[in-house]
Amino acid sequence: MIALVDCNNFYVSCERVFAPRLEGRPVGVLSNNDGCVVARSNELKALGVAMGAPMHLLPPAIRRQAVLLSSNYALYGDMSRRVNLILGEFSPDVETYSIDESFVGFAGFAVDGLEAHAQRLRETVRRDTGIPVCVGLAPTRVLAKVANHAAKKQAAYEGVCRLEADGPATRALLASLPVTELWGVARRTAERLALMDIHTAWQLREADPKQVRRHFSVVLERIVWELRGRPAIVLDDMHEPRQRNMVSRSFGRLTGAFADLQEAVRQHAARAAEKLRGQGSQARAVMVFLRTNPYLAGERQYRNSVVVPLPSPGDDSRELLEAASRGLAAIFLEGVRYQKCGVMLLDLVEADRHQLSLLAPRSEVERGRSQRLMATVDRLNREMGRDTVRFGLPRRGTAWALRCERRTSRYTTRWDELMRVKTR
Amino acid sequence: MMSPLSTTARVIGRAAPFPGETAQPLMGCRVRAGFPSPADDHLDVEIDLHAHVVRRPAATYFVRAEGDSMLGDGIHDGDLLVVDRSLEPLPGRVVVIAVDGEPTVKRLERRGEQTFLVASNPRFAPIPLAGRECEVWGVVTHVLHALPGGEP
Repeated sequence: MIALVDCNNFYVSCERVFAPRLEGRPVGVLSNNDGCVVARSNELKALGVAMGAPMHLLPPAIRRQAVLLSSNYALYGDMSRRVNLILGEFSPDVETYSIDESFVGFAGFAVDGLEAHAQRLRETVRRDTGIPVCVGLAPTRVLAKVANHAAKKQAAYEGVCRLEADGPATRALLASLPVTELWGVARRTAERLALMDIHTAWQLREADPKQVRRHFSVVLERIVWELRGRPAIVLDDMHEPRQRNMVSRSFGRLTGAFADLQEAVRQHAARAAEKLRGQGSQARAVMVFLRTNPYLAGERQYRNSVVVPLPSPGDDSRELLEAASRGLAAIFLEGVRYQKCGVMLLDLVEADRHQLSLLAPRSEVERGRSQRLMATVDRLNREMGRDTVRFGLPRRGTAWALRCERRTSRYTTRWDELMRVKTR
Repeated sequence: MMSPLSTTARVIGRAAPFPGETAQPLMGCRVRAGFPSPADDHLDVEIDLHAHVVRRPAATYFVRAEGDSMLGDGIHDGDLLVVDRSLEPLPGRVVVIAVDGEPTVKRLERRGEQTFLVASNPRFAPIPLAGRECEVWGVVTHVLHALPGGEP
């Protein structure tokens, strides 16, 4: 069995931990510089505020009523790190999937006690970090994702939903789930599925895998197998163009050399940047994570991650590589042997929808030049093989003026910004 | 002849104010049956105050105290508090607690059937917990108070 642990409204929940008065109020977190809503509390969702909405277009009544904050990536990154530390106490097999989502493998665990185990996990995360999470338990990642969705939407599950490969509950859930809401199924794919009279997740599960592969892709075939309860996907299959973009890989052998990690992180960042441009998106922050091999007894264990915000949404490899390298330097620990590292691009925005800010560090001309350069690089790498053109280490200390005047304190990473508590 | 200047030390209380915590000597070595290993002298690593104070890293937060109403519990204005969210808020413990959305530091006290939030300054009357909008945020385990010369 595998669990998907997903933090509820993660950015907003982080803010509420350190500002309890925000509990119960409509709260939104804005992207730095371009001021779009990237996270919403349930109360803000209920007011009809859409994901990605630009703040200056919100009706005045909502702007008065809601608490709108700039994103505090230092805080979110640290709270994410804490959540993953706790997950590591419940199973050695923790895979970071996003800043607010992780897969936790329970292979070899007694099947009977798993729900109770998941419930303890949920309570421990809540107690130690204040972050509410939901857990979806199932034999495959795709089903775990479905289970998590149910746990979040239906209060009766009390935050933990377990699905078996077969069974009336699984069938009922899948039959009521449109394929558009299924993890890894793009909108265009869903439209073509509809032409074949496949509208729900259950119908997709019942489709012939070979045919699905012929008409669509290997990834969609794997999703069919996963819906049937047979593990088939790898995490890198499942990038979600609208939200995140991840590249990670295990090293062939364990390594403690900074140069090895730097090389890997740069490669991952370059690959992620390419994917990002391929789908016409820009990223607002870069997350770097690394870990040792948790299954090696007697080996010193370490796991860490950090989030580096970008001055404005970007898709320039040089900028993303620079951010990833700075992140790596911040969390690299001497004297341990690493098994895996990865780079994740967060809070994506569609490139054409992104509004340029007066404070953006580069001029329009420079931006155009950079876009042409990146397009050429991508074409060369596509036509002549990956890594035909590669990037050296960019210069340090580029303009780093984030526009973030509504940002709360970096409560857990700065001595001079700690939470203040009154004694009376 | 004047006698040399001397200072008398007086025991004013235990250094470890938290019951249940086993005090560890900072120096010394464990008594062991058999021959001591000659390597023992080389095993020591630097004494790590962080590891000593932070028992559960994922659950431990540093916060800053404001005001002097908890002086009697050793908390001065501006002191650094170590807060462990994983500990149970038992009576007698000093907690960070959000009262009506505002985080405050208080001691929990059981009086009869009721639990009260108590400040060490007698000017503030104990607040009964019952019927109040409040949530314990964490248990204060240590206070770091800088003396003159020790401020950052």
